[in-house]
Amino acid sequence: MPKRTDISKILILGSGPIIIGQSAEFDYSGTQACKALKAEGFEVVLANSNPATIMTDPESADRTYIEPLTREYLEEIIRIEREMAPGAGFALLPTVGGQTALNLAIELSDGGVLEKYDVKLIGANVDAIKKAEDRLYFKDAMQKTGLDVPRSALVNNLKDGLEFAGKIGFPVIIRPSFTLGGSGGGIAYNREELLEVLARGLDFSPVHEALIEESVLGWKEYELEVMRDLKDNVIIICSIENFDPMGVHTGDSITVAPAQTLSDREYQAMRDAAIAVIREIGVETGGSNIQFGVHPSSGRMVVIEMNPRVSRSSALASKATGFPIAKIAAKLAVGYSLDEITNDITRKTPACFEPTLDYVVVKIPKWQFEKFPGADEGLGPQMKSVGEVMAIGRTFKEALMKGVRALDTGKRIGGQKIEPKILTQRLVTPHPERLAYLQYALRQGHTVKQLAKMTSIDPWFLYQMKEINDMQMELEKHPMDSIPTEVLRDVKRMGFSDGRLAHAWRLNGKGAQEKVRHTRKKHGVLPVYKRVDTCAAEFESYTPYLYSTYEEEDEATPTQKKKVIILGSGPNRIGQGIEFDYCCCHASFALREDGYEMIMVNCNPETVSTDYDTSDRLYFEPLTLEDVFAICEHEASGGAPVGVIVQFGGQTPLNLSLPLKAAGINVIGTSPESIDLAEDRKRFGKLLEELDIPQAPGAMAASIEEAVAGANRVGYPVLVRPSYVLGGRAMVIAYDEETVVRYMKEAVEYSQDRPVLIDHFLENAIEIDVDALSDGEDVVIGGIMQHIEEAGIHSGDSSCVLPAVDIPEALLNRMREYTFKLARALKVVGLMNVQFAIPRGNGNSKGNGSESGKVYVLEVNPRASRTVPYVSKATGVPLAKIAARLMTGRKLREFLPEYIDRQADLATGNFFYVKSPVFPWNKFPGVDTVLGPEMKSTGEVMGVADNFGEAFAKAQTAAGQKLPTKGTVFISVRDHDKPQVADVARKFVEMGFKLVATAGTADVLEDAGMTVERVYKVKEGRPNVVDLIKGERIALIINTPHGVDPFFDEKAIRRAAVAGRVPTITALAAARAAAEGIAALQRGEVNVYALQKLHAETALQH
Amino acid sequence: MQAILALEDGKVFRGKGYGAKGECRGEVVFNTSITGYQEIFTDPSYAGQIVVLTNPEIGNYGTNPEDNEATRPYIEGLIVREFSKVSSNWRSQQVAEEYLEGFQIPVLAEIDTRALVRHLRDNGVMRGVISTLETNAEKLIAKARSFPKMDGTDLAKVVTTKHTYVWETGERSHLPDEVVGVKETPERFHVVAYDFGIKQNILKKLRGEGCKVTVVPAETTAEDVLALKSNGVFLSNGPGDPEPCTYAVDNIRRLMGRQPIFGICLGHQLTGIALGGKTYKLKFGHHGGNHPVKQLHTGKVEITAHNHNFAVDPDSLPQSEVELTHIDLNDNTLEGLRHRNLPLFTVQYHPEASPGPHDSHYLFKDFVKMMEEWKG
Repeated sequence: MPKRTDISKILILGSGPIIIGQSAEFDYSGTQACKALKAEGFEVVLANSNPATIMTDPESADRTYIEPLTREYLEEIIRIEREMAPGAGFALLPTVGGQTALNLAIELSDGGVLEKYDVKLIGANVDAIKKAEDRLYFKDAMQKTGLDVPRSALVNNLKDGLEFAGKIGFPVIIRPSFTLGGSGGGIAYNREELLEVLARGLDFSPVHEALIEESVLGWKEYELEVMRDLKDNVIIICSIENFDPMGVHTGDSITVAPAQTLSDREYQAMRDAAIAVIREIGVETGGSNIQFGVHPSSGRMVVIEMNPRVSRSSALASKATGFPIAKIAAKLAVGYSLDEITNDITRKTPACFEPTLDYVVVKIPKWQFEKFPGADEGLGPQMKSVGEVMAIGRTFKEALMKGVRALDTGKRIGGQKIEPKILTQRLVTPHPERLAYLQYALRQGHTVKQLAKMTSIDPWFLYQMKEINDMQMELEKHPMDSIPTEVLRDVKRMGFSDGRLAHAWRLNGKGAQEKVRHTRKKHGVLPVYKRVDTCAAEFESYTPYLYSTYEEEDEATPTQKKKVIILGSGPNRIGQGIEFDYCCCHASFALREDGYEMIMVNCNPETVSTDYDTSDRLYFEPLTLEDVFAICEHEASGGAPVGVIVQFGGQTPLNLSLPLKAAGINVIGTSPESIDLAEDRKRFGKLLEELDIPQAPGAMAASIEEAVAGANRVGYPVLVRPSYVLGGRAMVIAYDEETVVRYMKEAVEYSQDRPVLIDHFLENAIEIDVDALSDGEDVVIGGIMQHIEEAGIHSGDSSCVLPAVDIPEALLNRMREYTFKLARALKVVGLMNVQFAIPRGNGNSKGNGSESGKVYVLEVNPRASRTVPYVSKATGVPLAKIAARLMTGRKLREFLPEYIDRQADLATGNFFYVKSPVFPWNKFPGVDTVLGPEMKSTGEVMGVADNFGEAFAKAQTAAGQKLPTKGTVFISVRDHDKPQVADVARKFVEMGFKLVATAGTADVLEDAGMTVERVYKVKEGRPNVVDLIKGERIALIINTPHGVDPFFDEKAIRRAAVAGRVPTITALAAARAAAEGIAALQRGEVNVYALQKLHAETALQH
Repeated sequence: MQAILALEDGKVFRGKGYGAKGECRGEVVFNTSITGYQEIFTDPSYAGQIVVLTNPEIGNYGTNPEDNEATRPYIEGLIVREFSKVSSNWRSQQVAEEYLEGFQIPVLAEIDTRALVRHLRDNGVMRGVISTLETNAEKLIAKARSFPKMDGTDLAKVVTTKHTYVWETGERSHLPDEVVGVKETPERFHVVAYDFGIKQNILKKLRGEGCKVTVVPAETTAEDVLALKSNGVFLSNGPGDPEPCTYAVDNIRRLMGRQPIFGICLGHQLTGIALGGKTYKLKFGHHGGNHPVKQLHTGKVEITAHNHNFAVDPDSLPQSEVELTHIDLNDNTLEGLRHRNLPLFTVQYHPEASPGPHDSHYLFKDFVKMMEEWKG
């Protein structure tokens, strides 16, 4: 069936900000869809609120709307697009933007918007989406086709839930309807737990409904990735087996492709079932993911669920097989059939086939519970991981070991003895470190049988782990100098890292891995690179998508072309997310254009950088020194010059820059020494002094005593943190000695080499981020971003606005001057990010050297920062692309001569661009939502408007924090905010809001002549503020943290706010912005702007 | 235990030996199926061949009596990357290594199977010897060059049943019908199945469609078949080169038009020759479970199981009599044909799957329909 001719314009919906359960995989799928449909000649329109994506690059679509993903804004986009082409065939593709896009499509359809503007839904129809998403419809459909499902009932109240659970017996699973990543779901082992989990689940469900289901805990879990075309051809792209049995969300499970423990009969029965499911649900074209549970001793197979869209698992399946699911899905949606599409990898066989693997793929999730103290670390049906790594090996053992080292946790378990009781608990209860405890248990002599009983993990997987353990024991018998070649080879073939070998041989310090490497070379034990080719080598492959292994034949002979290797950022983490993947991709695109052979190294399957066509070569490898060095050495063996870029992938590759350079690798761009200098507190402080740039007084400490003395010297409050951090891991603001002592005792590890840093904390200061480009001589500032929240809240967690809104020109100039000086002093070649703080001018300077109106440097990062994509989207100048070119020796003057001559920042025209963060609070019930120096947000959105207020309101809306236009505002501020609170409150009163406040704040407001309803603090009496929030009386909360107030209990307020979805503002500056935003909302305007148009206007003005 | 594979072109792979100690020889072919190693071991079409499996993890789910395609393995030897020492599956009764050892089948493991597959892909299938006894590669290479090539060898005669018998459903399994593939169906037709190396699942599928099946030896004459007064004749899969099987070609010619005929694999090739066509050897054959085959009259694609080194040259067939019904989309190999006037159709691939996808089960129904029409 050829391409549809009744459509000429297609609106693609993105998935919005990165959140737990909906991550960078939808940038991968959206980008593929945009590219594929554009190549087919369609006019592609894209809507996504997330600026940190490749898909929102102006080149990806014909018109890109970085706008809130809500019905109102989408309707406006559709209206405008329809107006532009009244008679054109207009379609909406909702299947590449995750659950968000599907839900929106349903909303637009149910609301009559699609009908009104004559927009056709392609990829999946409304009936199919509803059938797949609504558990009751789904169950009916499955039973109709004769497929087995767990027994279940849909309930909308607690009583029915209890009754049904009584019938089927505990434990039961609770799954709220229409939520993302299993939000609000859980397992209940008894009545009491059921009441708690069900109540939460009903609350989370937008339709107040949840499924109570027969427990299939401990069953084997499988997934099949299925594709179907309009001719009803159905193919299975990949089978995935979960290492962790049923009960753990598949996003939190270690998963393996292909399935390892199914015979052909069982696999084919599952395949038949999957095909029956996709047909019955009626997904006409595209990809779906279908999950199955299999009883381990009877083989009973049940269908668990289906996603009628491209999903996280399809991203994994695409990377695991080389089959580009999203791209093909997009083509199927516009009418092609699978046999009409060619397999890019073989170039001559069609896409209508089922990939076969001659390797094993292991995915391991990445969790960050350390960011959320108090969160329940148990893993269950609600996803909690923030990212994942994928590893490819020729065996499961090799892939597992590669995955473990790719995870970059830096943790080791089993150093000390673990109590048997604790060990049992750690094995039985799924949690992030279970794999390490399994290794420990095997070493302690636990048998596979015992472990299988405790964990319900398939004995085959456990036996593989036992073989790894046996190999470890064997390795420990042989000292480095006398290890037989055969043993060394077997060890490496099993995936043991050089680091592990060094550990076994008790080699410590910097040269340890090098010694192992030399030993390996002496024995001739070196990796080769094999291809991922969809066909197990049956056909020749034309795409060098590579992984390392220890075998005979190498399939990655280096070319004679000059080449640049880009090190990616590894698994998504808080503080190291999609923004860095964006930069890596851009560097690759730009230098490819310049004629370099581009080589990408990364291990994150959710990314655009790991698409086989982003670079000329893709090494799907862990980002460790061993693996990266081996690739560099291999590529250099061709004789052509090789440069390595470390500054685009965040901290992971940055940590490798010095060791790589020491090993003789040509790191291009800003030198590793400069990167190191900027991170070295002492040397950097000296440099600032030389340059006459102020910074907050600081000290370093490697003991409690030093810390206390240092804090006293620099003056409280102090910001305490370990050296070398990204995303502010383990930072704290201390107002007293007690906090400093506690921090030193509990929070961090430190040493003489890695001391703790103590800085005077600039309170009530404006924080500013500056991104700049430099070739070592010329410097151009990309953007001066003013944070909405005060300094002290991690820059990744602050909203910010471009251009700055209320900073005097003189101070802007001073920041420019400092940036220029720093770029030249550090000989920055590429990107640089500087964070400044300017204490506000109302007299609370503490006499510790901080003065209002003075510009302090907080931090300098001579690398790509998190804000690079945002600044690029706002200015229309692709910073990362230019930076990459500077690193290859080109000059800034070639690209931005007029900005150099005029010493001007990149322009943003007449528009304001606000970036706002998105937080995962709803995944971690009970965790305090207060913001601080440690980053907690998982993603970001951008709002654009011709005035600051509207831009801020749009960003807040896009972030899911919808500002109210009427109602009651609860205000409670700490003492030093009280002088300014009246002005802010008055704005709300003027807009028609009522005020509620606790005593202290109420006094101030009444003194200023406003009417305030007084409310008790949480522990003063009832009804208190929490009661009001729970009673849905509060529309907006303005609460700046009081610190320790025994009566106030801010945590309870914040918890109630999250549960009640009441927007909460924790900084006065943000409250001011919100007031402007609300004013804009009250005007009732819904304005949307295509990025391409904004950029054209900006360029014109310029 | 060390083990060596020596190929006739001088290439040698050294790895570890599993299963039986000893030596084996055969044409080395690779199979890209992810699942179904046990069915591959026991498929008589692999007689005379050493099989390399591209899936690197083999043996994981053990073996069980239900999944055998014959009473014993027919592969000469097995080559894998990783051979599991344990099995894990609720149906497993024996670890794969023990199973093969019981039948004296040598296994070469822990070699770079991908390199071997690429070598075979680029240079074509070739003769090879696996030995766990001999360490001198030169001697083994000489051996690999000394035994007869597959081309021109009639192996159907070797693997076929010695006696005619009526097939009975084996033990019932607790698994649902669609898993085991046998349905309790009343016998409506009588089919005579030529055994050129027939797989159990073909018999199960025929039985499942309501056919009583009488299995006859490869060299049974057309007259003897007609004397059984069946409703249709089935021509099975089997090993080796079709060309030397002239007896079978003669019999098919004599049965054409007198009985509805359905053929699979070798049965398809023999029919092609009987219709006046020619067969040729593919460079490295089709062995796997992921081949897209297009039904030419509907345009639909089925994902199919393949196991053939030879194919019928479509240009050699008389167009006036023969309609081409199926082609492989990977390389346009002819995968199915139908006689324009007589009740006869054959496919090159394996609609009975086992191992492989079930997309083509409809062909058994087509056969039954053809018999129904013929009967009526």
